[in-house]
Amino acid sequence: MTKLTRRDWILGAVGIAAWPAIASAQEHAHKAAASPSSTAFEHFDPTTAQDVAAIAARIIPSDDAPGATEAGAVYFIDRALKTFAADQQIAYRDGLADMKLRREKSFPGSTSFAGLTAADQIHLLHSIEDTDFFSTLRQHTVLAWLGSPEYGGNRGGVGWKYIGFDDRGAFSPPFGYYDGGST
Amino acid sequence: MKAAEFKTSEIVDFIVVGSGAAGGVMAKELAVAGFSVVVLEQGPYLTTPDFGHDEIKYAIQNALTNNPKQQPITYRKHENEAAKPFKAIEYGRQVGGGTVHFTANYWRFHESDFHERSLYGDIPGTSFQDWPIRYADLEPYYTKAEQEIGISGLGGANPFEAPRSKPYPLPPMPVKSSGVLFERAAKKLGLHPYPAPVAILSQPYLGRAACAHCGMCELFGCEMGAKSSTLVSVIPIAQKTGRCEIRPNSYVRKLETDKRGRITGAIYFDAQKREVLQRAKAVVLCANGVESAKLLLLSKSNLFPHGLANSSGLVGKNLMWDNGSSSSALFEHPLNEYKGIQVTRLIHDFYAADPRRGFYGGGAIDARFDFYPAGFALGGLPDDVPNWGLEYKKAVGQYFTRTMTLLSHSTSLPMEKNNVSLDPTLKDDWGLPAPRITFDLHPDDLATMNWLVEREREILDAAGAKKIWSFPIEPNIMPSRHLMGTCRMGTDANKSVVNPFGNSHDVPNLFVVDGSNFVTSARQQPTATIQALAYRAADHIVSKARAGELG
Repeated sequence: MTKLTRRDWILGAVGIAAWPAIASAQEHAHKAAASPSSTAFEHFDPTTAQDVAAIAARIIPSDDAPGATEAGAVYFIDRALKTFAADQQIAYRDGLADMKLRREKSFPGSTSFAGLTAADQIHLLHSIEDTDFFSTLRQHTVLAWLGSPEYGGNRGGVGWKYIGFDDRGAFSPPFGYYDGGST
Repeated sequence: MKAAEFKTSEIVDFIVVGSGAAGGVMAKELAVAGFSVVVLEQGPYLTTPDFGHDEIKYAIQNALTNNPKQQPITYRKHENEAAKPFKAIEYGRQVGGGTVHFTANYWRFHESDFHERSLYGDIPGTSFQDWPIRYADLEPYYTKAEQEIGISGLGGANPFEAPRSKPYPLPPMPVKSSGVLFERAAKKLGLHPYPAPVAILSQPYLGRAACAHCGMCELFGCEMGAKSSTLVSVIPIAQKTGRCEIRPNSYVRKLETDKRGRITGAIYFDAQKREVLQRAKAVVLCANGVESAKLLLLSKSNLFPHGLANSSGLVGKNLMWDNGSSSSALFEHPLNEYKGIQVTRLIHDFYAADPRRGFYGGGAIDARFDFYPAGFALGGLPDDVPNWGLEYKKAVGQYFTRTMTLLSHSTSLPMEKNNVSLDPTLKDDWGLPAPRITFDLHPDDLATMNWLVEREREILDAAGAKKIWSFPIEPNIMPSRHLMGTCRMGTDANKSVVNPFGNSHDVPNLFVVDGSNFVTSARQQPTATIQALAYRAADHIVSKARAGELG
């Protein structure tokens, strides 16, 4: 899997989205802000959406704290594929088709990724974790978890809360433990 | 006074190409001196209310920098390879240029930076040279820049810094946890940490508000105008004269010359991609170390078959890079480094080269955190943390508030084989050749960075880090955001592109003033020096123009 560099987090995935797409993403952002808990899909069919949601839930699982599911990752990805990541639509189509073949081979009789057991889902994802498609899935899921909620993910700021990021956008010192004079 | 609007048929005194660190200063100086100025800027005219905190837009899609889909760049390591599309370089592309989205580090060069060749001797395979000016020539202009632009810092706190005639106009920014840990460790090791000088207001200044410590400086525009970009500092002064028009979305494709070889104007694409000729008595090219060279190479004519101002053959050559290395560390308690500006403490102890190290080069090390939430989760963790799954999620949760980074900023040796040229096949959306970057590290540059990684680790260890990890060097010097050397200054017309005031040796009414003038790279953080050079060049240009020497 491509290790991202410090300066360029997203190589080849959303990082090279077309400039006009940013404006269109912003337009969508307003839409998203207006309906932050939208449950309608613009790109995925319902079955695919279930699978993508299940993949995202394996990348950032929910335990006693919210994960990709609560962040609304599948809605973020659905919207991304209609806006700033529109050039990834084919990668998703082909990547999901490849996953389907792998699933049918490894788990005969299975009908969807979402329908697999947790262990089988993890097994299947390990088999593709070095692919560009998985790298894209991971990047999109992380953006959905920790990006700005206006894109339809990170609902209620669940990702930010989990990592301890306060989005107030204005702070006063002391900022942390070591500059607080408490050592 | 209302900002000026000039007709393209009008012969203005000056065209300034680019509105960034140098262009903004140049426009202000020329307009205040009484000249008419049209600034042609590739990018849009965004203003403070346009900026925000959206990481996806600014830090991941890099909305404030050149977009390689519209303006592709090709890259190769050696000239015998075919260059492939790759965003090897990055520059700010809006009014204010890179000063809008930069981290705002603002260091003066050291005295030795101007004559290192004399100090350390020739380095085979390089074009390592002394500058044609000395620190004393620039000192008044560093001071002027700090005062006018608005810099926070503590003069004299860095024992290695060159003499200054005036303190910084503003006190340093408040220290963050990374700064406290770094300072404590550095002192323990006998080093000399000091408060980072930054182009960010620690207090209200010249009608602008002080920083609110939102933490989103690098890659973001400041939504409160506290970052001292040229957009909010000098460009408004230029416009208030009523003699300066900032013309955004104006992408210059050629500088026009007459039969005598003098510049007559600039042809640019307007927002609708229509070609427009703006006439002018003189042109000051401030488009950055890649774009300025590109435009000169594009401005070929019968009189200038190898590109304008290129009798030396050095336009585009000696490209120097934004070299550096970095290590991060995990601490026991939350540092909350995402709050506050990126850098609050640094050292210049390893800045000077030392032949005993066995290689030429040196660097500065700063304590910082320049990750935002998603970027940290995608690229900030150590290699032994899984990339996905529950353990990954928990690591992101544990590390995000407890991590800091030490970033070294180091030498990039000038070599003619590292350069910008015009890609023979790939074109941008306007039909202009893509800049083709050829760049490979000099072995000494790589040795310097590897040596600095060890210093980073020693300091983090002395700071009590629970875990330390370093980032691999080569992928992490991409893209370069410090673009230097491609129109170097000098007194010998055969060995340099411009004179010490940025005046072309070949074309009397053409000036090139930006990072391309640098003869050596110092230790990165070129902005203060670019702006000091711009103030100094502007003084000279004004006196030439007043003497009627520019036509």
